Amino acid sequence: MAQMTMIQAITDAMRNELKNNENVLVFGEDVGQNGGVFRATEGLQKEFGEDRVFDTPLAESGIGGLAIGLGLTGFRPVMEIQFFGFVFEVFDSIAAQMARMRYRSGGVYNSPVTIRSPFGGGVKTPELHADSLEGLMYQTPGIKVVIPATPYDAKGLLISAIRDNDPVVYLEHMKLYRSFRGEVPEEEYTIELGKADVKREGKDVSIITYGAMVHASLKAADELEKDGISAEVIDLRTISPLDIDTIIASVEKTGRAIVVQEAQKQAGIGAFVVAEINDRAILNLEAPVLRVTAPDTVFPYASAEDVWIPDHRDIVDKAKKVYNF
Amino acid sequence: MTKTIDAVQDQFETFQILSEDGEVVNESAMPKLSDDQLQELMRRMVYTRIWDQRAISLNRQGRLGFYAPVAGQEASMLGSHFALDKEDWILPGYRDIPQIVFHGFPLYQAFLWSRGHFQGGQIPEGVNVLMPQIIIGAQIIQAAGVGFGLKKQGKKNVCITYTGDGGASQGDFYEGLNFAGAYAANAIFVVQNNRFAISVPVEKQSAAKTIAQKAVAAGIEGIQVDGMDVLAVYAATQQARERAIAGEGPTLIETLTYRYGPHTMAGDDPTRYRTKDLDSEWEKKDPLVRFRKFLEKKNLWSEEQENKVVEEAKEDIKASIKKADGAPKQKVTDLINFMFEELPYNLREQLEQYTAKESK
Repeated sequence: MAQMTMIQAITDAMRNELKNNENVLVFGEDVGQNGGVFRATEGLQKEFGEDRVFDTPLAESGIGGLAIGLGLTGFRPVMEIQFFGFVFEVFDSIAAQMARMRYRSGGVYNSPVTIRSPFGGGVKTPELHADSLEGLMYQTPGIKVVIPATPYDAKGLLISAIRDNDPVVYLEHMKLYRSFRGEVPEEEYTIELGKADVKREGKDVSIITYGAMVHASLKAADELEKDGISAEVIDLRTISPLDIDTIIASVEKTGRAIVVQEAQKQAGIGAFVVAEINDRAILNLEAPVLRVTAPDTVFPYASAEDVWIPDHRDIVDKAKKVYNF
Repeated sequence: MTKTIDAVQDQFETFQILSEDGEVVNESAMPKLSDDQLQELMRRMVYTRIWDQRAISLNRQGRLGFYAPVAGQEASMLGSHFALDKEDWILPGYRDIPQIVFHGFPLYQAFLWSRGHFQGGQIPEGVNVLMPQIIIGAQIIQAAGVGFGLKKQGKKNVCITYTGDGGASQGDFYEGLNFAGAYAANAIFVVQNNRFAISVPVEKQSAAKTIAQKAVAAGIEGIQVDGMDVLAVYAATQQARERAIAGEGPTLIETLTYRYGPHTMAGDDPTRYRTKDLDSEWEKKDPLVRFRKFLEKKNLWSEEQENKVVEEAKEDIKASIKKADGAPKQKVTDLINFMFEELPYNLREQLEQYTAKESK
């Protein structure tokens, strides 16, 4: 099996789908000759030609509208938003148009669009590049939201996203792009959207998380183990729809849970997960479900992000709080 | 029959005053600038070139943070700025730091902005500039608003805004031009066409032959200028300013220029999308070389003067970096306090939590 970084796995998934289906198109700002500003589309234009992998003019709303139109004419667009902090420019296309195409046409039309975009923080980008806006997507009925945390998941989830007949926002945490390698099969495989993955089994407390916080949570679980606390780490992988069965099964087992997100407390999906647990498993709970989040400010300027972004120590503290409740 | 589009496009010729050899090729368009003013223009361009070199090196040492190089674009940036009055407004893009610094924004704060420190956004009172815009084109429509505000207040001032060739593809660009036209706002829109939006060449941005012609659809004035010719850029901006404050509406100025360096210092590699031949073709048009030749012929510039500016720039940069280094370490509690005039309960709680966390 090959060892790949997450960004290599993402490129590999696009290559697979460009080969697999001639209607797959990859486009966005600088994705062609330049291979994307993070090099996610490196080599794809050369391999598949400018007809299939192409640069767009610099306009995010234009890219979104183009994807809708190409989707209506039988193509399977994989569009890139250079940084998810720029999503506001294309919000109408995503939230008001793609997300409603199937509904508004009574099922006649659909938007089989995959929206790939780097998000999250911790890599000292200029302002408005880093952000955790996945909650806005979660709150938009009609789109699926996928957030991989490992190279293996990244490939299988992206292939599934591209093959999905509804719009999928596929968010790639910038800090995970090249921070480690993992085993990725060279052949194609899919991971079902909407399925979480238990990244570590435990019996005392459930840590429900996604994105870069999966790794902070695993580190926290190591720490907790030293103190005799067995933590289960659930990587949601898809935040919309949530894999409610996996969440509830874990909470029923442990009786204690925390939700961890890099996003601000008022953003992200932490509150939704807590509400679902309360609705479905409140009698199993031994303690309130707590959240580890960033504070409710705008995503901070680069030189403050190390303190702002939650880390494994914050997770350990909260896990102990529910454990000792 | 000539096609309408050809007829329109053919109207947009490149306005030039100085040839690449520093010869005046358009005497009647020569702006009325004193010898002192001409020397000051040169001084600013030399200063900025040195600053750019130092900024690149500071960035490589990890001492600066975000930086978008400006070499090649000095005439476009500083020639247009030179036509402004101190009370005029500037809405810059992320590369347009020289203009705001020469408008009164302190250099050390520009460095703090690069480092991602909130003090880099704290524009001093009386300096009419905004923080550099990151979202491409967002400033353009805001400029229509500021220009309309100035007009409503009866001020003889303008708002100038800058973007690049890529920015001219954004919806906000068209909306900004159209709104400013509809309200005859006191606005000037400068598109510094440096030929590449990161990697994408201007030919792939649009079927239009010029960006200047995009003014036509908005019903406003448009002009294409040799952006390596500081006198032409100055003259075009000065005329646009006159028209705006006379109530004759906004102008779109396209300057033809080139960035010698990468898009930003964050990993862009121009050799992936530009040829060496194209680089050297544009380096021959260099704005400093051209203007230096012009001034030397008039005995207005010497090596001694040049060296003096170089030393002055180096000293300023050194002192400004030192001052930036002295800024307090940025805290999350600082940022919480800037969220609202009065903090709601969640932020009050978090202020307490982070105060404790940061005092550990």
